[in-house]
Amino acid sequence: MGQTFAQKVLAKKAGLPSVAVGQIVDVEPDFCLSHDNTAAIAKTFAKFGVEKVKNPERFVIVLDHTVPASTEEYAKGHKEIREFVAKQGIKAFYDAGVGICHQVLPEMGFALPGSLVLGSDSHTTAYGALGAFSAGVGRSEMAALYATSRIWLKTPASFKIEVVGKLKEPVTSKDLVLKIIGDIGADGALYKSVEYAGEAIEAMSLSSRLVLSNMAVEMGAKNGYCAPDKKTFAFLEHRAVAEYTPIYPDAEAVYERTLGYDASKLGPQVAKPHTVDNVAPVEEVEGTKIHQALLGTCTNGRLEDLRLAARYLEGKKIAKGVRMIVLPASQEVLLEALRGGLIEIFVRAGAMVLSPGCGPCLGAHQGVLAAGEVCISTANRNFQGRMGSSEASTYLASPATVAASAVAGVITDPRKVGRGGGA
Amino acid sequence: MIEGKVWKYGDDVNTDVIFAGKYTYKPMTPAEMAEHALEDLDPTFAKGVKPGDILVAGANFGCGSSREQAATCIKASGVAAVIAVTFSRIFFRNAINEGLPVVELADGTTMIAKDDTIKIDFEKGVVIHNGKEYRFPALPKEVLAILNDGGLIPHVKKALANAKP
Ligand code: SF4
Repeated sequence: MGQTFAQKVLAKKAGLPSVAVGQIVDVEPDFCLSHDNTAAIAKTFAKFGVEKVKNPERFVIVLDHTVPASTEEYAKGHKEIREFVAKQGIKAFYDAGVGICHQVLPEMGFALPGSLVLGSDSHTTAYGALGAFSAGVGRSEMAALYATSRIWLKTPASFKIEVVGKLKEPVTSKDLVLKIIGDIGADGALYKSVEYAGEAIEAMSLSSRLVLSNMAVEMGAKNGYCAPDKKTFAFLEHRAVAEYTPIYPDAEAVYERTLGYDASKLGPQVAKPHTVDNVAPVEEVEGTKIHQALLGTCTNGRLEDLRLAARYLEGKKIAKGVRMIVLPASQEVLLEALRGGLIEIFVRAGAMVLSPGCGPCLGAHQGVLAAGEVCISTANRNFQGRMGSSEASTYLASPATVAASAVAGVITDPRKVGRGGGA
Repeated sequence: MIEGKVWKYGDDVNTDVIFAGKYTYKPMTPAEMAEHALEDLDPTFAKGVKPGDILVAGANFGCGSSREQAATCIKASGVAAVIAVTFSRIFFRNAINEGLPVVELADGTTMIAKDDTIKIDFEKGVVIHNGKEYRFPALPKEVLAILNDGGLIPHVKKALANAKP
């Protein structure tokens, strides 16, 4: 019987010829990620009574959630992490400012086709965009991984999401994934391995695929896979830290569910407060007053996202009463945006450009919202209280919708506004 | 077998309403975390919860962030078990790792209301409510072993000690 991607990769990692859906495997991940939560993980690790991290070369640590530190407590946590990585000889340490973990791991070549990557962050699913099996785990599990390098995983059943047609500008992969989550619900793919396939996915850039895989967890999925191709291999050239072997599902693999979408029929989508699956076409919320617009995060903070947004901001001013925050996903993205003149466009439009990191995304740091305020954001979550006050609301949308809305001061269909000089 | 009073919630209870993002990078003891448990979902919970109470919810409990504090704060609040139609996978793992029993109950949760008293028989795999029994699937043995050791930390400690010659 044909095997899915998840079955094939877990069988390979477990050293078995094949695994069945539901089978529990004991595996060693290729790489493990943690971020600012490393301070807490290190404390748990200390409880095991083991001096040294087993296989320090397999751990990647990125400071991104509260950088640069805004409180003494955060600063203390960061300091403890720096001491921990020095003591443990963890070389893959990316200090404050390098970028958001889910951008840094692909850029630094740790997210490889056919590999197993686990992270103590729910959006670790992102690396599926490069053909990895990647999933989030908890802090105690990460501490146990420091000690043993091993973990149990249950082989998930798989969904196939087949997308035909071509996305119509300015509709993006963000609109597509919001539509899917809206249709199947926040638990629509619970515990499942999602495989994205079809001509629309093949036509997408790696950056666009990263959005799909990043948000797979918002439909409950364990991972979200895109078949690695020439674009993936080209991106990894000069980046990959190890040799890799891509893994593809068998043609006759068995899927629990297959969903079909036509990209050409899709318009801009918005997730309304306070759940990611509360999705509507942008027309339904047009005219909603906003106070803050956030462009960036690990979901949509890559160069193509900034470029798309800049087209709506060039030569324009952000509406009075609206604050716009631009948050490039990494230093590499920031540098490219600088070179491309994008940062100047944002600043001239009146936006604040923050240094790479998670920023306002999780409400722990900068750009938090007051009661009664409304934010439109390119991030991946809009839960009540996530970005500050529990009486604030967040709408999620694509970079085009967010930028067009920032200029208008109300939620705006990007198809209906004139774009700046880039058009 | 455990018996406790019910706190009842709906579907998609996410980790931000269980333990808000603004607290996630503040060092706190479990007892301090318990003071903020379910803060944005039910402000009466943290003050009213008694040791041994049971949390009952709908589908996809614990969705959202991987923050383990969502499980820690519930465990520290004294809750003896969480019953839900389904759990988000990371919350499920976190709960087991924290030694907080989780029960996936397909039928019956809609019958159970706040302040009802229910029993959970882990050995038989049933939840008993108003004299009716609702079955739930037993946990895989790998998972049960962690729960029986009191969580992942004692479990790994034990494994490491056994591995030493
Ligand atoms: S940008 Fe937001 S979603 Fe992404 S890793 Fe940071 S906090 Fe999480």
